Amino acid sequence: MDAGQRLTDANFPEHPEKATLEGKNKFLGFWLFLGGETVLFATLFGTYLGLRHMNMDGPSTEELFKLPTVFLATMLLLTSSLTSVYAVLALKQNRVRTLQKWFIITLILGLGFLGLEVYEFMEYVHEGHTFTSSAFGSAFYTLVGFHGGHVAFGCLWIITLLIRNWNRGITLVNAPKYYLFALYWHFVDVVWVFIFTVVYLMGKVG
Amino acid sequence: MSTHASHKKRSGLMDWLTTVDHKKIGILYLIAGGFFFIIGGLEAMFMRIQLFKPENDFVAAETFNQLLTMHGTTMIFFAAMPLIFAFMNAVVPLQIGARDVAFPFVNALGFWLFFFGGVLLNLSWLLGGAPDAGWTAYAPLSTTSEGSGVDFYVLGLQISGAGTLVGGINFLVTIINMRAPGMTFMRMPLFTWTAFVTSGLILFAFPPLTIGLFMLMFERVFDANFFNPDNGGNILIWEHIFWIFGHPEVYILILPSFGAISEVVATFSRKRLFGYSAMVFATVLIGFLGFMVWVHHMFTVGLGPVANSIFAVATMAIAVPTGVKIFNWLFTMWGGKIVFSTAMLWAVGFIPTFVMGGVTGVMLAIPSADYQFHDSYFVVAHFHYVIVGGVILGLFAGLYYWYPRMFNRVLNETLGKIHFWTFFIGFHLTFFPQHFLGLMGMPRRVFTYLSGQDLDQLNFISTIGAFLMAIGTIVLFVNVIISTSKKYAPSSDPWHGRTLEWAIPYPTPEYNFAQTPLVRGLDAFWIEKAAGNKGMTPAEPVGDIHMPNPSILPLIMSIGLFVAAFGLIYDTMTVVVIGMAITFISMFFRSVIDDHGFHIHKEEVEEDLKGVKL
Amino acid sequence: MFAMLALLLMGCGDPTLSALMPQGEVADKQYSLMVLSLAIMIFVLLVVFVIYVFVIIKFRKRKGDDTIPEQVEGNHLLEILWTAIPILLLIILAVPTVMQTFDLSAKDKPKKGELALKVTGHQYWWEFEYPKEEIITSQELVLPVNTKVHVELSSADVIHSFWIPSLAGKTDTNPGDGSKNYMWIETGSKEQVYKGKCAELCGASHALMDFKVKVVSKDKYQAWVSSFKKASGKATGNAAEGQKIFEKNCLSCHAVGKEGGNTGPNLTGFGDKQRVAGVLEHDKDNVKKWIEDPQKVKPGNNMPNVPLNDEEVDAVADYLLSLKLQ
Repeated sequence: MDAGQRLTDANFPEHPEKATLEGKNKFLGFWLFLGGETVLFATLFGTYLGLRHMNMDGPSTEELFKLPTVFLATMLLLTSSLTSVYAVLALKQNRVRTLQKWFIITLILGLGFLGLEVYEFMEYVHEGHTFTSSAFGSAFYTLVGFHGGHVAFGCLWIITLLIRNWNRGITLVNAPKYYLFALYWHFVDVVWVFIFTVVYLMGKVG
Repeated sequence: MSTHASHKKRSGLMDWLTTVDHKKIGILYLIAGGFFFIIGGLEAMFMRIQLFKPENDFVAAETFNQLLTMHGTTMIFFAAMPLIFAFMNAVVPLQIGARDVAFPFVNALGFWLFFFGGVLLNLSWLLGGAPDAGWTAYAPLSTTSEGSGVDFYVLGLQISGAGTLVGGINFLVTIINMRAPGMTFMRMPLFTWTAFVTSGLILFAFPPLTIGLFMLMFERVFDANFFNPDNGGNILIWEHIFWIFGHPEVYILILPSFGAISEVVATFSRKRLFGYSAMVFATVLIGFLGFMVWVHHMFTVGLGPVANSIFAVATMAIAVPTGVKIFNWLFTMWGGKIVFSTAMLWAVGFIPTFVMGGVTGVMLAIPSADYQFHDSYFVVAHFHYVIVGGVILGLFAGLYYWYPRMFNRVLNETLGKIHFWTFFIGFHLTFFPQHFLGLMGMPRRVFTYLSGQDLDQLNFISTIGAFLMAIGTIVLFVNVIISTSKKYAPSSDPWHGRTLEWAIPYPTPEYNFAQTPLVRGLDAFWIEKAAGNKGMTPAEPVGDIHMPNPSILPLIMSIGLFVAAFGLIYDTMTVVVIGMAITFISMFFRSVIDDHGFHIHKEEVEEDLKGVKL
Repeated sequence: MFAMLALLLMGCGDPTLSALMPQGEVADKQYSLMVLSLAIMIFVLLVVFVIYVFVIIKFRKRKGDDTIPEQVEGNHLLEILWTAIPILLLIILAVPTVMQTFDLSAKDKPKKGELALKVTGHQYWWEFEYPKEEIITSQELVLPVNTKVHVELSSADVIHSFWIPSLAGKTDTNPGDGSKNYMWIETGSKEQVYKGKCAELCGASHALMDFKVKVVSKDKYQAWVSSFKKASGKATGNAAEGQKIFEKNCLSCHAVGKEGGNTGPNLTGFGDKQRVAGVLEHDKDNVKKWIEDPQKVKPGNNMPNVPLNDEEVDAVADYLLSLKLQ
């Protein structure tokens, strides 16, 4: 059987994302890649923790952060993680239209998160907290910006994936791709949970 | 539908630019790494000429700082790393009985990223001056360094670092997922084991470097304040990040060398490796401890006695698994029938040399003594004993050993022995006196020294040694050039090899194994030979073999980043956008065009099998 | 064996520069750990080398011998031995290592009876401040014998590293108030001029960032302190002419006595120094050479070429060399 063929319910494997050697390799390779990404973000977190009180003349974390906006953004991203789980469930049941529906909702939530983040950054710049204003500014925008960059890349990824496979069913070629996107999206979500805790909550309480 | 793509044969230059075959990529790594090795060596020679007498004026102070920075950076990132990847590519898939690596396309991408990173860095010589802040690029010297030199350093390493990272992931997946039937983890040849652990270290050590380089770039290009104390920054952050990467990097380099030595010592002693499980365990332990010792590069930075003590003891602990390895090699030879081929000579030269580098490493682990050793020529001597005496001697052993497998030719043994003796004696002559220079008060990275400090004689001896090493290297290149005019090697198993890479006919077929072999133990090929079999027992019938298509995209992606780097260095955003667009569009095409590869048909494989020369 | 090692290492190098000829308590302690570790390491080397030489001689393949040696898997006893013995040796080394690491770590304030000193690294010269004596000098440190000195280290620009091999190992000078470092020096009993170095790459003239440590008797030290505090920039003759030119062109960066700026080295008592700019012989030609083109002597340093004609340079050189303390 050719890996690019639409799968039918009859020949649908239990784990379509790992049914071929290519799929297995991608699955493992991507997990390892996320391991590296973890260290990457850990380095950014470490730097941020070292510099978060170095706001010089600019506003401090307590003065700066507006929790309602950030909370809303957090909710959007957490929900998008949930919707991507539904998409993966659809993947395992060979229901491609449902999969597309849930991934589109995931995408919209992701874009909403990005919009809020841009709005938040603009507010901060307005209050004198910029990338060059202090070491705190540099560390903050680098950490949160790296995460935002990951979200933006994820949006581009899922757009490409959806358009490319719009009229194809689930195949052994695209199943690993959908699956890996979902994995990536969860990872980005988990990183955000840490950012919310370490940057925003800890910034508010001390 | 399994015959969809036609068998695309490309020839000449296009073949090399588009190849995704691990064997060819290994050769590309070897050539490029060899090229940068010569450049780094020339830089070293210029420095030794400058230092051969006190108050010499062969090069200016600024030039000397560029030389020392480029020598270190080139040798670590663009000579030692690619040479290691050369052997990993050439050998690991063969040793585990695989037809290729897990991601052949990514493998090619890794090579081209490394290559363009190296080209970018070295172009700085022609474009206004090389980086001059040391290979460690400590802030604020690096953030305030004038000109574009340090920008070339940052972006060159960033691009090549990405290549190394994907290479590391590739080998991890390859080794985990693509082993032949019967090739359990505890039957893997030691070189594969070391490649595995090294790849793991790459995965966890390179991301901190990536972030550090981003910060350095943001600081220089976008006026960030991470390392600027006037605006709340802290210079120690760079040192921590650099060494959290930098210390594992040392083990990334040395472990595959240990692996090569293990193969060579076992093969030429005609014995199985003594204490194989202990060797594997020691390798893993060294890799693990490698992440816990970075502060021993920072004892004089002022982190306090608690931190210094903890890291001192952790550092000393590494001596234990390393010692285990040394004794295992000695006892592999014990009771053997040692054949002193050139490859074995390098391995035999490696053992005492590396032990000397190791013991000075333990001495350097003592913080209060390190206050005297640190940043002096003692340290220069130590890390050259480890990196030249360890990594490079190991790689030379591997080169002479695997050269027949990679190029279907053997290197001349007489020239090889001349190469060994000149290089080996030259090495000790160069670096042994440097221990004493350091203790006698000579700091490292000095472009000159005043007379009347009793430093003259030893520096002179050191320079003489450097010339001997240069002569040795020239002999090696003569040997390589001569070998290209030779006919194919007479045998596919010239050394009485023990592992799977020697069970393949000459020249190595594109698909490596016509039939995936069945592995029945450690030293799989040796077992079959001892049982009187001619070759490996196949684990599958002859069938169609699936192969990946060649692709030009890895090259184009790397060129895109190369272009974007120039935009960042010269502050031209349009060029950055153009470069990134090239890369992203290539990635887009890679993503949307389904590339299923092609098949080599059963009949062709059977045809090949008939003509096999073993 | 210890004594032999010590003897072997002694007599290596310049007695005012070599870490192998330590003076004073700090360098002595560091040296003793160096010797202890070296002794253990030479023992290890000997064991390895003996086995190694035996193996490569005894077990080489003889001509015509094509037998296959026995394929030994390993030996538990041996493997346990060469794991356990190194651990023991390392423990022997680790205990004094940790003790000394704590012993030699200085707190952020000097204790009673310690001489307080602040060292600041600059590209490419050293500033020495005696906070209690209210003295700021440069390039040549004057210290009394048998004294424990508490040193606070910082930097005005990039990272440097303060190293007097004969007296104490190095400690980095970091820029930024949060990254100050502290160390001790014990001056020993000899009256001697020691050589000091910068050990961290700090720019083009890193190699030329030498300084001197003049260890003198306690009386001489007291005399130096009082004459330094009394010093003024007054001069006579050609030197007086030089003083005028100096005050107009140089004083904004270089202080003499109580007057002057602090971006360049303090030049009080310049006439008594051992070296010009830390590296050149101390004579008038070299003073002139430096003033005429500082970049030629120390590339990349921060002193500009001051537009003076030959007579003016000559007068300034006379003036500077006339600045003596006694």
